Amino acid sequence: MKHLIPEFEKMKERYPAGFESSLVLPCLRRIQEDRGYVAEEDILGVVEYLGVARIQVEEVLSYYTMLRRKPIGRYHLQACRNIACSMRGYEGIIGHLSAKLGIAPGQTTPDGRFTLSAVECLGSCGTAPVVMVNEAYHEDMSAEKLDRLIEELK
Amino acid sequence: MAGRQLIMNFEVTPTSHTLEAYRARDGYATLEKALKMAPADITKEVTASGLLGHGGAAFPVGRKWGVMKPNPGEIHYLCANADEGEPGTFKDRWILEHAPHLLVESMLITSYALGVRNAFVYIRGEFDLPYRRIQGAIDEAYAAGYLGQKVFGSDFVLDIVVYRGAGSYVCGEASGLITSIEGRKPYPRNRPPRLTVRGLFQKPTVINNVESLANITGIVRMGAEEFRKVGTAKSPGTQLISISGHIAKPGVYEVEYGYPWAKFLDEDCGGMLHGAKMKCVVPGGISTKVLTRAEIEPLTLSHESVNPAGSGLGSGGMIVIAEGVCMVRLLQVLLRFYHHESCGQCTPCREGMGWMHRIIDRIVAGQGVPEDIERLYAISEANDGTTICGMGDAAGFATVGILNKFRDEFEYFIANKRSKCDGRLECLA
Repeated sequence: MKHLIPEFEKMKERYPAGFESSLVLPCLRRIQEDRGYVAEEDILGVVEYLGVARIQVEEVLSYYTMLRRKPIGRYHLQACRNIACSMRGYEGIIGHLSAKLGIAPGQTTPDGRFTLSAVECLGSCGTAPVVMVNEAYHEDMSAEKLDRLIEELK
Repeated sequence: MAGRQLIMNFEVTPTSHTLEAYRARDGYATLEKALKMAPADITKEVTASGLLGHGGAAFPVGRKWGVMKPNPGEIHYLCANADEGEPGTFKDRWILEHAPHLLVESMLITSYALGVRNAFVYIRGEFDLPYRRIQGAIDEAYAAGYLGQKVFGSDFVLDIVVYRGAGSYVCGEASGLITSIEGRKPYPRNRPPRLTVRGLFQKPTVINNVESLANITGIVRMGAEEFRKVGTAKSPGTQLISISGHIAKPGVYEVEYGYPWAKFLDEDCGGMLHGAKMKCVVPGGISTKVLTRAEIEPLTLSHESVNPAGSGLGSGGMIVIAEGVCMVRLLQVLLRFYHHESCGQCTPCREGMGWMHRIIDRIVAGQGVPEDIERLYAISEANDGTTICGMGDAAGFATVGILNKFRDEFEYFIANKRSKCDGRLECLA
């Protein structure tokens, strides 16, 4: 994470004085964006850089669902399974993705390309069912659209 | 159109979210007007407008602001709650994507009224385009001189930081939200003290929903009296309704309070998907109790009409459910969600959510026992009012709401080990 410190310094300028503790989340998010996950050395780096307790960093990492301590596939497919998506075809979506990729939710393909997850409400109920691919929302999904999407990602 | 519109009152185009387009709609002119007013007069105007919070609890915005006593030299914070996570709700996203400058201008006016020097937008971690839009608007506002420096010849200076979450429903609860901005896991806090007395880093903090804040510019521009001419006496103004489920035209609609509910569904939203029959509707996010089609028939979309029917407009996240949907499996989806999102701080919620989830899983697997229904009631009741935040109560409301109206489906599922409907959640063509 050391190479990100100049970026962190710029970020810090936007915050009021005394808000070092607040930077734990944004720093971890940025580290994950950079490395793909948060490694042990990153935790130590954040603790040292922000002067916070290690337990705080550990708690944040284990609590928030978007943060992870292990690498995943290059494309993270997250299908929403909450009420609106379930009512508009989530089961077909997750079934189709599982069969096509040969993995269950929570698994990564052996070639390290795809990780599949079932997640809670993404706030896109009006265009359900929705699948998030890395940062982007793909809305009003169908089996045909999924096939095209996966072709593009391969 | 469902009555008059105060927020969605412009045409959405690929550039309508930019500063240039916002200025062409008189953007930031209200800020200039506000900075010539005494800060206390703005709060008075907002109180007089009767604006009710749009996050779900409909708490009067003016009363929340009134607790803050802006003393010069003391630190106060403002947070816009953009952690939109109540299932069925996606209306703040509309404001963030299409009217981000309306939020920025409103936050400037609010901060001036409340003596705030630093404000935050707490946005849920998954939102990407909404984040880029609001951050883009803030960057434009800095470049144009509205943020970060004395503006319109006044001494008022404001900085806004966009704080991105990382996946957690509880962050939408105001005290969970500020704990998250402090860089920790979002355990909600006991009140008192209120957050307007001791909030972010123990300083007085006002946390308002994005839509609540977005109304401030309009209220200051037109004045409380004009604002109150929209809507009803008890529910002034409008509400953004995000509608989803088995409806022909899902999406975000701005509804003037007092508009007939059935007309909204049948005409504005195009009626039911595939011409299905309506079984029931979740009025405002899954934590509000379901109402049947017969129950909503005489109601209008206003707090004074919906609340006596035993539910509420909540966050405006309306979910329409067609005849044939299995309510047992639907409750399973809800309880899985609540179990997943319980932060684990309070015993009744941490244990109760898991327990209810296991019971409903068991029923759906055909292994339910008749006592399970009473158990679900008992756990819901045990959660009511015994937890620090409202999530435990909300899960109970949702559960009891479904059990009260569709108990026969649960009894049938337990007795026959299969759904009384055909077990699906979708609406067939």
